[in-house]
Amino acid sequence: MSDILVAENIVKNYGDYKALNNVSINVAKGSIFGLLGPNGAGKTTLIRIINQITMPDEGLITLDGEPLKQDHIKDIGYLPEERGLYKSMKVGEQALYLAQLKGLSESEAKARLKYWFDKFEIGDWWNKKIQELSKGMAQKIQFIVTVLHQPKLLIFDEPFSGFDPINANLIKDEILKLREEGATVIFSTHRMESVEELCDDIALIHKSNKILEGKLIDIKRQYKNNMYEVGLITDNKAEVTQNLKENFELSNATFKTLNDELQFNIKIDNKLPVNQLIQHLTSKGELTHFVEVIPSVNDIFIQTVQNN
Amino acid sequence: MNHLSLITKREYLNKVKNKSFIIMTFLSPLIMVGIFALIGFLTQLNNDGVRTISVLDESNLFANEFENTEHTKYDILTGLSLEDAKQLVRKAENYGLLYIPPAENVDAIADKIKFYSEESPSVGVMNGIEDKIEEEARAIKLKESGLDPVLVSKLNIKVRANLETFDGEKTSKAGSYMKLIFGGAAGYLLFMFIIIYGNMIMRSVIEEKTSRIIEIIISSVKPIKLLLGKIFGTTLAGLTQFTVWIIIGTALMIGVSAFFGVEASQGPMAQQQAEMMKQASQNVEAQEMAATIFQEIYNMPLANLIIMFILFFIGGYLLYASLYAAIGAAVDNETDTQQFMLPIIMPLMLAIYVGFFTVIENPHGMVSQVFSYIPFTSPVVMLMRIPFGVPIWQQLLSVLILFGTFYITVLFAAKIYRVGILMYGKKPSYKEIYKWLKY
Repeated sequence: MSDILVAENIVKNYGDYKALNNVSINVAKGSIFGLLGPNGAGKTTLIRIINQITMPDEGLITLDGEPLKQDHIKDIGYLPEERGLYKSMKVGEQALYLAQLKGLSESEAKARLKYWFDKFEIGDWWNKKIQELSKGMAQKIQFIVTVLHQPKLLIFDEPFSGFDPINANLIKDEILKLREEGATVIFSTHRMESVEELCDDIALIHKSNKILEGKLIDIKRQYKNNMYEVGLITDNKAEVTQNLKENFELSNATFKTLNDELQFNIKIDNKLPVNQLIQHLTSKGELTHFVEVIPSVNDIFIQTVQNN
Repeated sequence: MNHLSLITKREYLNKVKNKSFIIMTFLSPLIMVGIFALIGFLTQLNNDGVRTISVLDESNLFANEFENTEHTKYDILTGLSLEDAKQLVRKAENYGLLYIPPAENVDAIADKIKFYSEESPSVGVMNGIEDKIEEEARAIKLKESGLDPVLVSKLNIKVRANLETFDGEKTSKAGSYMKLIFGGAAGYLLFMFIIIYGNMIMRSVIEEKTSRIIEIIISSVKPIKLLLGKIFGTTLAGLTQFTVWIIIGTALMIGVSAFFGVEASQGPMAQQQAEMMKQASQNVEAQEMAATIFQEIYNMPLANLIIMFILFFIGGYLLYASLYAAIGAAVDNETDTQQFMLPIIMPLMLAIYVGFFTVIENPHGMVSQVFSYIPFTSPVVMLMRIPFGVPIWQQLLSVLILFGTFYITVLFAAKIYRVGILMYGKKPSYKEIYKWLKY
């Protein structure tokens, strides 16, 4: 699959402070790309450069193979983390205004807004002022405005903040649907469970440098350490544990179960086939639980950031 | 529709549809006229009531001069000693006692006249009394010298130099005043406009920052377009408001003066005016003067004045507006703007002071000339100078400098704006803003 967005060696300085140091990312067309990193790592700076809000000091960004230009604004939909709306302006007027700024004609914008307002069942908000709406309600309007001009590339910075679980789900479903319809999504968040759930690829930025990038599944493979979570019913827990410790690296594990069993994580050598481990374990007792420990994005995040 | 006109339209409509803006637009002229009416009313009220002034004239020269008027009653005392008279007046709670001592001639009296009262008398009242005595004393002295007062008044001669430029244009001192009023009004109007609507722009930038919509907007449009759209939209709203003010204000003034006109003609001020008018109408000289004033207005480079007023107004306003917008972008809330306001207000105040003091003194003096080229003061100072005749090339040079500076300033402002609008939670220092310019 080709890349819709390529950022090459982006450098951005704010005075003496280097906000981005030679950062490159490739976002595949039709993917959901997670842009991760601790606070202040440089994610927002990179996103602002992609949106042409700030200009990079060095490096090149191409969208669909073309160097980024003013006209690309209509191809990108951006929901910033710091977001709001004009408080004293009516919802409908405001949505129309923002849609027109993205290059839609008034009639086109009206028709599309009607579609989305009906979809979210918020048609009766049209003449309300933003200050009369709750934060979650205002967020819905912002989401609509972001996607209204049907951009090829959607950039969401913490899209779920401020939403209750029901509305967060609604938005999540919409994001997935937009992807199905062909849009590419860049997604920046601190909520690792939503990264886990949504992202195909991730990039991790830490202290202005990119320290990790790739397909989520590849990264997970790379970070797995042949550890398995085991539940074993045995009469002689102490002896079995002692015995296993002589051959393997053991660590504590807890998981919910119905049995009174021995619970532990076991790490094996790369060369040892899993089947042999299972055989070995069954010889010690009744094997009730055997699961490969897959590193969570959360673990990877913390581990990588701490190692750097 | 392109971005700039979209933004301008929104800014304009947003301002014009704002409730407090509408209220201010229609209420301000009412309040202004109301205040004028109130002042007029209060002055009248203050002068109302009749004051009694007792007069003890031991010289017997002036007693007949004091005729009662609507507000002042003169009580002529005779056959009393000064001490008794004082006691009497005090008891009666009269306004005061005018004491004229006995003397052999008028000159001796002049220094010895006294006025006793509970509190200090009003300047107006004293002037009136003094004038009366002076007039009579003069008449007496003329008679003593054997001169005919009518003849003396004929001997009076007044000198009025007829001013004329080398090009043959006639001017006059009255004309100079007219020019001053024209120039002053133009300069002051601009000054007010900059302060009122510059602040409005600043607030609207701050509003976009605090409502956090700014990032959504500048992901669609360039900050400079947003900045310009804001300035244009607010300017149009300002012009709308100004126009409404002028229309309503004029209508009200006419209405009020028509209404009060009849009633006020019985008042003391109106009486004075009527008196003056009567004198004036008898006075050929005054008629001539009125004619000169009209001639003067007619002679003023009106077309030049109007065109330059528009150019300097736009240039000066835009220059300051971009600074106001930059300040709005740099801060998070209005209270933080204080430290940055001084550099804006200072040159404006300076322009007004230079305008009102130096230009009046000498419209073509060194200081006036220099300040009419400095772009931050030129709109006000040059507008005040133009009625006195400034060569076109000088005006154009000044306009060029002004617009050139606006161009540079707006670039700087846009830089501050671009960085500032995305900065939250920090109260920036001048040093910090200087750093932003280099980002």
